[in-house]
Amino acid sequence: MSRDKHTARRATDDPLWAKCLLIGLVLAFLALVLILPLVAVFAEALRKGLGAAIEAASNPDALAAVKLTLLTAAIAVPFNAVFGLCAAWAIAKHEFRGKALLITLIDLPFSVSPVVAGLIYVLIFGLQGWFGDWLVDNDIKIIFAVPGIVLATVFVTFPFVARELIPLMQEQGVSEEEAAVSMGASGLYTFWRVTAPNVRWGLLYGVLLCNARAMGEFGAVSVVSGHIRGLTNTMPLHVEILYNEYDFVGAFAVAALLCLLAVVTLVLKTMLEIAQPGVRGHGGH
Amino acid sequence: MGVTVTVLSLIVLIPLSAVVLKAAEQSPAEFWAVATSERALAAYRLSFGAAFVAAAINGVFGVLTAWVLVRYDFPLKTVVNALVDLPFALPTAVAGIALATLYAPTGWVGQFLTPLGIKAAYNPVGVVIALAFIGLPFVVRTIEPVLRDAAADVEEAAASLGASRIQTIIRIVAPALAPAWLTGFAMAFARGVGEYGSVIFIAGNMPYKSEIAPLLIIIQLEQFEYARAATIAVVMLAVSFTMLLVINAVQAWARRFD
Repeated sequence: MSRDKHTARRATDDPLWAKCLLIGLVLAFLALVLILPLVAVFAEALRKGLGAAIEAASNPDALAAVKLTLLTAAIAVPFNAVFGLCAAWAIAKHEFRGKALLITLIDLPFSVSPVVAGLIYVLIFGLQGWFGDWLVDNDIKIIFAVPGIVLATVFVTFPFVARELIPLMQEQGVSEEEAAVSMGASGLYTFWRVTAPNVRWGLLYGVLLCNARAMGEFGAVSVVSGHIRGLTNTMPLHVEILYNEYDFVGAFAVAALLCLLAVVTLVLKTMLEIAQPGVRGHGGH
Repeated sequence: MGVTVTVLSLIVLIPLSAVVLKAAEQSPAEFWAVATSERALAAYRLSFGAAFVAAAINGVFGVLTAWVLVRYDFPLKTVVNALVDLPFALPTAVAGIALATLYAPTGWVGQFLTPLGIKAAYNPVGVVIALAFIGLPFVVRTIEPVLRDAAADVEEAAASLGASRIQTIIRIVAPALAPAWLTGFAMAFARGVGEYGSVIFIAGNMPYKSEIAPLLIIIQLEQFEYARAATIAVVMLAVSFTMLLVINAVQAWARRFD
């Protein structure tokens, strides 16, 4: 191939065959790794027809699991959203020593195994834990009960909102806040009228990811739940129980509901990215 | 500020210290014996080995996926792009039962592997498959922004100076991507080491063979061996901290080139 002007001008354009080969390869890989499992869930759920799947997903135990999952997310997500706002505000708008360390510590739950996240709460609130005797005396149940499930979920979803907002707030700087304060606005007023509106899309983005993980968490919740049907089973735990009992239609029917949640999350996330290009790209997960 | 540190301490730091304190209830000799028992060593080998192989697979296909998504146009690109994040959005237990069903000897994919003598599910291979699923977006999403920012004019300059396309990719594109690639690899690896939900359904969970380290913690817990569970957890935490430091160091190193 001669290196004439023509090829030089198109130097960053790969040849058509290379493009087609790479696109084909990537699409085949993604189809095998991502699409096939998704299709398999719905195929297995519908193996005995739509009726059987709907029945399996709406029996009392399954409904109790759906309720507990919604309740857990309804507590954990707002908690972490408020914390994320506070943390990002403190880190991005103020100067203090040890900031890098604080950011690393907020990220910590991402690199801790979910099983360890469950274990720590068993060691603190379990029967032989730090507060075990006191909790028994006062008839409070945390482990093998709903509070433990909420705590474990809060732990694993802790960084989602904060790490979405920190870079966003850092980019925006403090000039608008300084203007508000110089005109006599109080700190809290400035926060609600200036800072919060500026980051609302980033906040929504973080909440979306936080919610998906909160509803789907398995390892951490599995350690603290005790797997009591109808009482302490979240949807992912219910999937496990049904699967281990060889009730595949039931397991995949509940799993299909969780797949729908994942698909809705991805659709909303993509819409948000297209409408507000600034929200994306704040450093993965 | 005060609120941030207080909540962080209550939810994350104090609970994590409980694991260390629990493990410290044993004598150093006991700790060492539990941490390095045959069964624990086999579990670490599987967890770290499978996470490494899966991160390497994602290291290859993650770069290709990021490259195709950033540089090429094709139909349904938005859908493909959204789909890459599926492992973040899909509950791990769902991924676990789906993969176990696909790769079982009679499953859609497994039936083609069995005649080839490959046993995928209920085998260490299954662990790698599950971790490859979980880790893919980490590599794609860390490389993508770097690839997007890397200006094509540097590549044009290389080509105009007479470099072939292959030379340009090896000498110009690859070095620019290296820090992001390492970060993505380390993140996928770290996530894989601790992963539980997607793995236990497909692994088969045979002690010494296909039992991952997080499962060993659960087994110790179920036998009320809390100190032993905490011991394995401390080993895994130490690895997590190390990975976190490595990731931070790689990112600090990458920023020097900005």
